[in-house]
Amino acid sequence: MAEYAKLVPSPTTDTQPYWDGLNEGRLRLQRCADCGKVRHYPRPVCDACFSMNVAWMDASGNGRVHSWTVTHHAFHPGFKPDLPYILVTVDLDEGVRMQAQLRRLDARELRIGLPVRVAFEPATEGLTLPVFVPTE
Amino acid sequence: MSLRETGAVTGVGETEYLRGTDRTPLSLQLEASLRAIDDAGLKPTDIDGVIPYGLGAVAEDFITNFGIPDLRFSATTPMGGASAVAAIQCAIAAVHAGICNHVLLAIGRTGYSGGRIGTRVQQMPQFRVVGEFEMPSGAIAPAQLYAVMARRHMELYGTTSRQFAEIAVSTRNNAMLNPNATMRRPITVEDHQNSRMISDPLRLLDCSLESDGGAAVVISAAERARDMRQQPVLVMGVAEGHPDSPSVITQRPDITTLGLAKAAPRAFAMAGVTPDDIDVAEIYDCFTYNVLCQIEDAGFCKKGEGGPFVESGAIRLNGKLPINTHGGLLSQAHMAGMNHVVELVRQLRGQAAAQVAGATIGLVTGYGDMGDGSIAIMRRA
Repeated sequence: MAEYAKLVPSPTTDTQPYWDGLNEGRLRLQRCADCGKVRHYPRPVCDACFSMNVAWMDASGNGRVHSWTVTHHAFHPGFKPDLPYILVTVDLDEGVRMQAQLRRLDARELRIGLPVRVAFEPATEGLTLPVFVPTE
Repeated sequence: MSLRETGAVTGVGETEYLRGTDRTPLSLQLEASLRAIDDAGLKPTDIDGVIPYGLGAVAEDFITNFGIPDLRFSATTPMGGASAVAAIQCAIAAVHAGICNHVLLAIGRTGYSGGRIGTRVQQMPQFRVVGEFEMPSGAIAPAQLYAVMARRHMELYGTTSRQFAEIAVSTRNNAMLNPNATMRRPITVEDHQNSRMISDPLRLLDCSLESDGGAAVVISAAERARDMRQQPVLVMGVAEGHPDSPSVITQRPDITTLGLAKAAPRAFAMAGVTPDDIDVAEIYDCFTYNVLCQIEDAGFCKKGEGGPFVESGAIRLNGKLPINTHGGLLSQAHMAGMNHVVELVRQLRGQAAAQVAGATIGLVTGYGDMGDGSIAIMRRA
């Protein structure tokens, strides 16, 4: 197998459960263990009650398109084979937003509010990346 | 207590701007600094405060090269493209407090000949969260991060690519009048529409340059500035502002609003003027869209009306709000906005290459990589 040429994350103890979840086919979000506010991307402190007590929950994986871009230029050589690729920002039903690539849809069909759901793509050893696909 | 008119820009300097050099960022930065210090009528040893941009030089380099006997103030304002204007606030606070007399703000970079943007951002601490959660999916460079903002603006407000083109064309027209601009061939809206797509909706001609060069300014206390070589340019109001979730654009409740929206009302209140009083504006233009968005956030028009505002011709040299009269980052050079500060000062002194007749009050903004904003409003003394 060819060496993985794309950028890889460097998880910390604050973020490792998110990446572990993806490897298990689960989209995990942080939820404040005290006030219950859901937050993303993972970080140490709840900005509502300042608690550092963290719980993790499984997200529904459902959301709606918030915005997007279609990238035609490789800013990193590892992504050249993917060009052009669609990046979408998605508002998850849990009230947080995330960005990932979009699959199985022509960019001309994109619109704000389009329903999508998360899917999981193995990238390399120990790394699974989230992607979005249109909700059927 | 307010910083209103307590500080002035007393010296400005630039190197020749290039696309290709074997010089170091340090050397370029020091050359621009010497020019700014000379412009102010000072000796290098008069500098007793320094705010390096943070690329290629630290305070110690200025002590060593200029033989500064007693540097009393040094700081950095690590806000990417908002750094230069944010440093004005920092410098004025220092001179107003009596910590030092003359603060040098300097940048030197080899953005063209050295590391290009896709490589650089991966090493910047403010990109840590993007680096972990978005870069692995291929969201790497500012063009891609801002394309998402621009697309949302287009969908919500009907903003068009041709309106972005007007910004590129107007800025290029100004660069054609400036001997120290690197891009001086005329372009049309059609050229923009035919330029290659980088990250939709941003095309090549929506993107700023990668440049080699240096730029610097000297900030002094207002009362001291009166006795210096140049007609002083007083800083009437200055502020910085940070967007909600500055670490990741995609996490912001409203991605079409920048930190400038918080900073601008404070700067205008400090200055005691309104957007209608501004004769010329140098707006940080890393991408055309960012100019349009900042026109709104600075209060020149309502949110969503930036497209029609630029389409009306308002930002042309003969329009009601001439913008980026030097050619900006899009067509002069990418000096992270220090060249915008230099240009505003020249406009207010009446020394600009593309001079706005009678320019008395002007504005300059900075825009950091994730939406941090900074703004300074200045007037001819």
